[in-house]
Amino acid sequence: MLGGALRRRVRWLPFGLSDAPLSRLLVGVAVVIVLAMIPMLDRNSSHISAFADTGYVMILAFGLNIIVGYTGLLALGFAAFFAIGSYTYAFLASPQYGVHLSFWPMLLVSAAVAAIFGLLLGAPTLRLRGDYLAIVTLGFGEIVPQVFQNLDKYTGGPDGIAGIDQPRLFGYAFGFNPTPYYYLYFVIIVICLVLLNNLRNSRVGRTWMAIREDELAAEHMGINTTSAKLLAFSLGSAFAGVAGVIYAAKLSTVSPSGFDFNTSVMILAAIVLGGMGNLIGVLFGSAIIGLLNFFVLPQSSNWAHSLGTALHMDFLQGVDLNAYRFMIYGIILVLVMLFRPEGLVPSAARRAELHAEQEAGAGIALQEQAEFGADIP
Amino acid sequence: MADIHQFFQQLINGVALGGVYALIALGYTMVYGIIELINFAHGDVYTLGSFFSLSILGLIPLSHIASGPALGLIALVVILAAALLCGIVGVLVERLAYRRLRNAPRLAPLITAIGVSLILENIMQLWKGNSEVPFPQFLPDRWHIVGGVKFDDRAVLVVAVSVAFMIALNLFVFRTRLGKAMRATAQDRDAAQLMGININSTIAWTFFIGSALAGVAGFISGMYYGTTFFLNGYQAGLKAFTAAVLGGIGNITGAMLGGFLIGIVEAMTSQYISDQWTSVVVFSILILILVFRPSGLLGEQVPEKV
Repeated sequence: MLGGALRRRVRWLPFGLSDAPLSRLLVGVAVVIVLAMIPMLDRNSSHISAFADTGYVMILAFGLNIIVGYTGLLALGFAAFFAIGSYTYAFLASPQYGVHLSFWPMLLVSAAVAAIFGLLLGAPTLRLRGDYLAIVTLGFGEIVPQVFQNLDKYTGGPDGIAGIDQPRLFGYAFGFNPTPYYYLYFVIIVICLVLLNNLRNSRVGRTWMAIREDELAAEHMGINTTSAKLLAFSLGSAFAGVAGVIYAAKLSTVSPSGFDFNTSVMILAAIVLGGMGNLIGVLFGSAIIGLLNFFVLPQSSNWAHSLGTALHMDFLQGVDLNAYRFMIYGIILVLVMLFRPEGLVPSAARRAELHAEQEAGAGIALQEQAEFGADIP
Repeated sequence: MADIHQFFQQLINGVALGGVYALIALGYTMVYGIIELINFAHGDVYTLGSFFSLSILGLIPLSHIASGPALGLIALVVILAAALLCGIVGVLVERLAYRRLRNAPRLAPLITAIGVSLILENIMQLWKGNSEVPFPQFLPDRWHIVGGVKFDDRAVLVVAVSVAFMIALNLFVFRTRLGKAMRATAQDRDAAQLMGININSTIAWTFFIGSALAGVAGFISGMYYGTTFFLNGYQAGLKAFTAAVLGGIGNITGAMLGGFLIGIVEAMTSQYISDQWTSVVVFSILILILVFRPSGLLGEQVPEKV
């Protein structure tokens, strides 16, 4: 009874948890508590730093998921907006120009700047066909870091900007300690999840998915597809802007090399692996990719080295699994697209869309069987 | 006068560079024309061409061969071998990664192509390492001065080889049965199939020829620049794609024209603006064309298929 009353007050819980049985709700609460306790259980600060960095992969994946997963627009140079968010914060909170704005409002300012650039790029290009749009965004993704690199008078060139301010909260300085960043990402990710879950089920979210399923039909239903696509593009970019601010603050430095195509591909791999268009899928996919990137690959190289020392096997000491990182992303992209295009944790609609042919085929077969009175096993 | 000389000097550089882009752009445009896929891995097949050439050249005791004609013969053999190997890679990629997705939503094969590109790049990185690899300069190199403009045999080689292969491709596409089958498949796959054309083998041949031309480009760019690098194909591929779009995607003559234009734009940018802005200029051109004239210079306006 109490559970029911409580949940009626919290309709905004993500993943249908508002309507879920109490047991599922408890599992959700337990997962959140365990994740929140990780920095207390594992006190190795390089581990916590890796877990924290997974946070920016997640926020970027949320943003890209709005564009690619919900609206079906393939944007390849997503790291450009991440770069714009990072540099916006770096310009306004570092010795570069002697401006030191506070971290917290800058989260919103950078989100707005990234969204504006999303609008500027999107307005002329969003009417392009899917694969052309992919290439235009890819070109933009190449141009942005190049511009930051070339305008060295203003941006510090290839070395970037150092000494970026780090956040303070009620007098507590975050500094280079990864733990507060872990909790900051944690809180922001929870906020994103609640926001996105509501957005997905709202009129806007349903508009996006209508465009993804069939743009022409959506247009005929009276949807203003241009403004809906622009909204998706700029909102997705805003997420990248937020991620950029925290990323720049945690490192206290930004440089153009952090925002190349590889970053865009990492985020794409995360949402493709998890399941485009499904929040839980995106969360899983970005957790796997983030942990692989920041934790498993660096750590497993170390494990191989210590194993090599223990067993006196020299070749193990030369192992550097980081060198295989992009092979792994590539294999993920190819295998998922070939064998499970809906991702590990798909949304029902997306799965239906991607397997439409097979299911239509199965439907016809059943119908034929029924018509001809064949034995149905 | 020096300015004029500089201009022509850069024009020659641009044409040589353009020959390489044109050869790569042909592969993009042929594949796009026939299955509407931006073969993202194509640029990496080009780099693979220079890597194959390097390995083959490593097998030949070049220092013991002095005569010019023999060296020319070796160059020809290496070009053809690199083209053959790249062609095989292209066919394998199509068979393993793209064919299953031919009727899937269009973004699925594009994402697969990005995956294939990453895999090829990583393989090449593990193969020849993380730094620039020198390319043996075994052909005799003479400098020519015509009207105050200096150029060497390598520039002549690049332009001659790329133009020769473009003429051969044109003859092939417009004068042979297989070429006709390709054009028919590009126009209407289902109708072509009804006419008895084997779609799978036609598409496989398209990939073979496109990738083989990228292999040729890999060899001649190695000869021209004297080095190669496992990531070269990413930017070069994107620029060649820009060339294909500039010329009108799906249009073979357009790809050649676009290739030379992009090469010249790049050379002129590095002369008159700055070396470090060439990519920005080329990719801005890409965005501007796609926004204002997506059909390119020679392409036809194609309405979106419903």
